Amino acid sequence: MEGLLAQNISVRYGARNVLSGLDLPLLRPGEVTVLAGPNAAGKSTLLRAIAQLQPYGGKVVLDGSDLAHVPMRDRARLVGFMPQSLPASSSLVALESVIAALRSGDTVSARQADATAMAVLNKLGIEALALEPLSSLSGGQRQMVSLAQAIVRDPRLLLLDEPTSALDLARQVRLLSELRRLAGEGRIVVAVLHDLALAAQWADRIVLIHGGHTRAEGRPEEVLTPELLAEVYGVEARVERCSRGRIMVMIDGEHAPA
Amino acid sequence: MSDAILQLYHRQGRRNALLVGVLGVAALAALLLDLVTGPAGLPLAETLRALTGGEVGRGTQVIVWDVRLPVACMALLVGAALALAGAEMQTVLENPLAESFTLGVSSSAALGAAVAIVLGLTLPGLPAVWSVSVNAFVFAVGALALLQLLGRLRGGGPEVLILFGVALNFTSAALLSLLQFVASADALQQLVFWTMGSLASAQWQGVLMLALVLAITVPFSFRAAWRLTALRLGEAQARSFGVDVSGLRRWTLLRVSLLAASAVSMVGVIGFVGLAGPHIARMLVGENHRVFLPASILTGALVMSLASTLSKTLVPGVLLPVGLVTSLIGLPIFFALILRGRRR
Repeated sequence: MEGLLAQNISVRYGARNVLSGLDLPLLRPGEVTVLAGPNAAGKSTLLRAIAQLQPYGGKVVLDGSDLAHVPMRDRARLVGFMPQSLPASSSLVALESVIAALRSGDTVSARQADATAMAVLNKLGIEALALEPLSSLSGGQRQMVSLAQAIVRDPRLLLLDEPTSALDLARQVRLLSELRRLAGEGRIVVAVLHDLALAAQWADRIVLIHGGHTRAEGRPEEVLTPELLAEVYGVEARVERCSRGRIMVMIDGEHAPA
Repeated sequence: MSDAILQLYHRQGRRNALLVGVLGVAALAALLLDLVTGPAGLPLAETLRALTGGEVGRGTQVIVWDVRLPVACMALLVGAALALAGAEMQTVLENPLAESFTLGVSSSAALGAAVAIVLGLTLPGLPAVWSVSVNAFVFAVGALALLQLLGRLRGGGPEVLILFGVALNFTSAALLSLLQFVASADALQQLVFWTMGSLASAQWQGVLMLALVLAITVPFSFRAAWRLTALRLGEAQARSFGVDVSGLRRWTLLRVSLLAASAVSMVGVIGFVGLAGPHIARMLVGENHRVFLPASILTGALVMSLASTLSKTLVPGVLLPVGLVTSLIGLPIFFALILRGRRR
């Protein structure tokens, strides 16, 4: 079966249940899925569990094989993960860090790794940063380099944790259209996004997570309704339909319970 | 554009390789300088003749081969071992302050030596000359094993390990003070000398032993270079690249324990080199471990060799403990380097 399936995912931090038996719908290749939800809803934890960076209960199945049983090396070729931030202290230059993403877990020739890494920086429009140490980059620039590290192994499944949090408008568009393109090539893309306006514009599917469960999922206009936003975020929201069938979410204020 | 950048990147790579070469030559030069320095002034030409098996007097032969060469080689190897251990510890524990000194490995070794010197307790069946070193080694390895065990039990990451290291450091220091308090005057003098770090008692067996430990561990370190480089991007990143981070940590700490414990057990407590070697190397060549590790090894060797020379020349006619020299001379230079690096 093609696609990503996450079933009955549970994660505990000490005595606290962060995720308790969460199910995701089948996420198909070609789709960009956004995980949304309030702070501490468990979005990042879910992403890390799918990436196998976090012990969890339940099942994560990619294209029919249980990811927990795929050897680490093979998994690294299948799954790309972009964390919320890269350490600001490293004096590695950007290009080197992307080469490390290729050569640390796999045997790739130096020539091939260098060329592949450079091509990815080029594609993301950050080739000018190639020889800059990570420590001298801005938060947004580091985020773009982090994306390069995640996609350089050409993974089937791409997981991104708040990839736009430090990006300016132009870079947000750059990153999101790159995600669209990667999905269009037959990849499964899953991103945690806080910005619902961006989510409404770019996602094929939104999964709304609340209190460790999937509260709702579907196309943006199915999930981003005033009722659900009031319930999950506690805000008063209006949703307007604009041209080309897109929706716009406007937040008027905190929700006063009737 | 891309090709030009790649070319520039490769040029930087060649420059870094050249820097490593220069460090190697400098370390060898420092070794020679160390050899010709001493109370019996030997000219360079005669020293070289003695080294290459040429015609020299019996006295020169003995001074070069039996007195100075083991000490000079020991300085080089101890510097290399401590700096490599420091470099790898800093990476796997994700802390720029990690080294055998800050993690309490050195003070545990000192405690082990003290137990042998003051209480005469050691492993049975050992020749007396080795008892101090072996005890120091056992305590140093024990300290690192304890650290790993505690870290594992607590399930904590690197920061937990560092905290345990600091605690261990204080505990060993307190127990050492206790032993000093009850020690006889004779034992006390021997002990003080040892805790200051000294190359004076270096022997060929020790040199060979340390060389062997380095020969065994260094290839594994170099093989792990890309994985260690990836770890500098954070544990989650490294794992998503396919690096078995906990395995990498475990094996690296084992190598590091062996290196640090061997070095410390031969020459006593020597601070600063394990910290400064990697930091200077990082400033020179950056953090790609394929050059960073060799650069750290050679910087450590160079610094330690220079310290050995200085320990003979700083106060004419007196051989200062080399641990004092590394701390007193090295730290101001180190601070100057850091402050300069900051301004840039």
